Amino acid sequence: MSVAGDVSTILASGVRLTGPLAFAACGEYIAERAGTMNISVEAMMLGGAFASVATASATGSATIGLVVGAAVGFAVAVLHGTLAHRAEINTFVVGLVLNSLVLGLTSYLIAVSRFDSHQVSLVSIPLLRDIPMVGRALFVERWPVYLLLVLVPLTWWLVERSRWGLELRAVGENPRAADVTGIRVNVRRRQALMWCGLLGGFGGAYLAVGEVGSFNQNMTAGRGYIVIAAVIFGAWRLGRTMLGCVLFGLADAMRLALPALGVTLNGQFLIAVPYVLALLAMLVFATQYREPKALGQPFERGSS
Amino acid sequence: MSALAVVVAMALSALLIATTGGSPLDSLNAIIQGSVGSPAAWTTTLLNATPLLVVAAGACISSRSGIFNIGQEGQVLIGAMAATAVSLRLALVGPALLVLGMFAAAVAGGVWASLSAVMHRLRGVNIVVSTLLMTFVAQQLISYAVNTPWLLQATRIGSTAPPPESNQIPVGAQLGSIGHYPQLQLNLGLFLALVLTVVVAVAMARTRWGFELKMMGLNPLTAQHAGVRVSRLGAVALGLSGAFAGIAGAVLIASPVGNFRLQPGVSSNFGWDGLLVALVARNRPIVAVPFAVLFGILRSGGNFVAATGVPSFLVDVVKGLLVLAFVAPPALADMLQRRAATAKAARSASTRSADLEGVAA
Repeated sequence: MSVAGDVSTILASGVRLTGPLAFAACGEYIAERAGTMNISVEAMMLGGAFASVATASATGSATIGLVVGAAVGFAVAVLHGTLAHRAEINTFVVGLVLNSLVLGLTSYLIAVSRFDSHQVSLVSIPLLRDIPMVGRALFVERWPVYLLLVLVPLTWWLVERSRWGLELRAVGENPRAADVTGIRVNVRRRQALMWCGLLGGFGGAYLAVGEVGSFNQNMTAGRGYIVIAAVIFGAWRLGRTMLGCVLFGLADAMRLALPALGVTLNGQFLIAVPYVLALLAMLVFATQYREPKALGQPFERGSS
Repeated sequence: MSALAVVVAMALSALLIATTGGSPLDSLNAIIQGSVGSPAAWTTTLLNATPLLVVAAGACISSRSGIFNIGQEGQVLIGAMAATAVSLRLALVGPALLVLGMFAAAVAGGVWASLSAVMHRLRGVNIVVSTLLMTFVAQQLISYAVNTPWLLQATRIGSTAPPPESNQIPVGAQLGSIGHYPQLQLNLGLFLALVLTVVVAVAMARTRWGFELKMMGLNPLTAQHAGVRVSRLGAVALGLSGAFAGIAGAVLIASPVGNFRLQPGVSSNFGWDGLLVALVARNRPIVAVPFAVLFGILRSGGNFVAATGVPSFLVDVVKGLLVLAFVAPPALADMLQRRAATAKAARSASTRSADLEGVAA
């Protein structure tokens, strides 16, 4: 195979692997800006992936599958919000339990179920798809990918320019001050978490009924944690977070392509790339790091 | 309330089995038979409970100090790797190899966790996040080690490529046991785990160190003012929890649960589950003992559930629901109490203002 062919193949597979990460990362970005270090994004993605395949099989429509997948992610978020904010259980504890519960439940259900394969349709954009090397990778894709073109600017506008986003950031930076000005801290945080649930569920659903067409046990296989790494790598800025997703998607594509290219590099290094880069980013940029100041700290009115 | 929650969790599990065409009673029976139904079943249950208890005892230390280490899964792997390396590479005999392996595992797990403390100290990196991310790095490190001939991959026999696992560790480096299979067999690891648990419990309840740890967990600022060197104590707590997870990894490798060899999946969620054990025990090491056995029951029983036509993943669902059942009710009770207190405060405030209005009139 020619070099151009190889590059095109890796790019195409990289874009496909980036999609699910990018949707979920938009959600995780919003949740973290509001101060919730949401590790149950893995549960949201996995639950969304399973629900989408089950629904698509029952209704015959992959699109309905996407919607139900997002709804299941939303349900996980509501559960997380209730336990972490109303009952004030440590958010990491809630995340760990939800991740393990959803993994168990989906593994159980897929073992006792048979689903038909459904996939959303490909959209191929004339002319642009003929661009050498990148054309096929970028302009012949399953249609939900193109939603990112709207979603990413919308997310940016919501967080950086809307009043809701301003309050959201205030809640993530200084919840006590936000509370004094009349913002309902935990309500904002729950709203952010629900966005994260919708988008995480959608990302998982896109992986299942978009890219693969079926569900297998532990399908997301830690992609939720890669999303968290992407947000950290992106220093809690949306643009850099998306860059992280693309980078991690490409690293994954490289790993899958290595055997075909005849390169004997150990795949383990490429799997570890997102986590190592996220750790390095935190170490190197620590001094100008713009981590939300109240990230991961619960808020309770009246406590100091 | 907790008892009620457990009943609800069990009922939900039964409902899941029934709606997917299985028999809840058969499954329950299988779990019981497979975990506590015979001396052999008890043997498996206790073997599974042992690493869980060691991880949980360590998690109690760090959580008590308010530092939340969630990277035990990775620290278990690193400990397992260190123990395997020592057991396979050093030309020692018998107990010396075992002891040295355990020691190396404790050091390796402790150092791995301490990296997070160093990152926090130097650059303010969030400890929860870094311990989590380090877990995935550890997983790839182990995978690399068992895929690389000059590291820990099994020796090539004939022309077929060896599997991605290490050689079996020598018998001298394995943990022996009391009793004979298939009768009840108590692995030495269990005694080690119990001793470690008691030591942690006594240290936390009866020593100055334990008191400082608790003080730091309740309010680090107050502790600092009272003369506790908070950042050092926190680093020690984190390192110790990592060392315990490392020992759990060594126990895994040296007992039949881990097949006496390093494999990429050898940690098999023992790290995550051990952390959950500490959580439901609310960071009390002695309370963690029965919970570790309960989790061990689910693990050993799970293998028998599949025979009744119900997927063995059932036990993972039961485990998740049980953890929720133990964690949620106390939190919900607190919440209701808080709400009642707020309502009461609001009532008394309004009567007070009514009195003032009466005075003004």
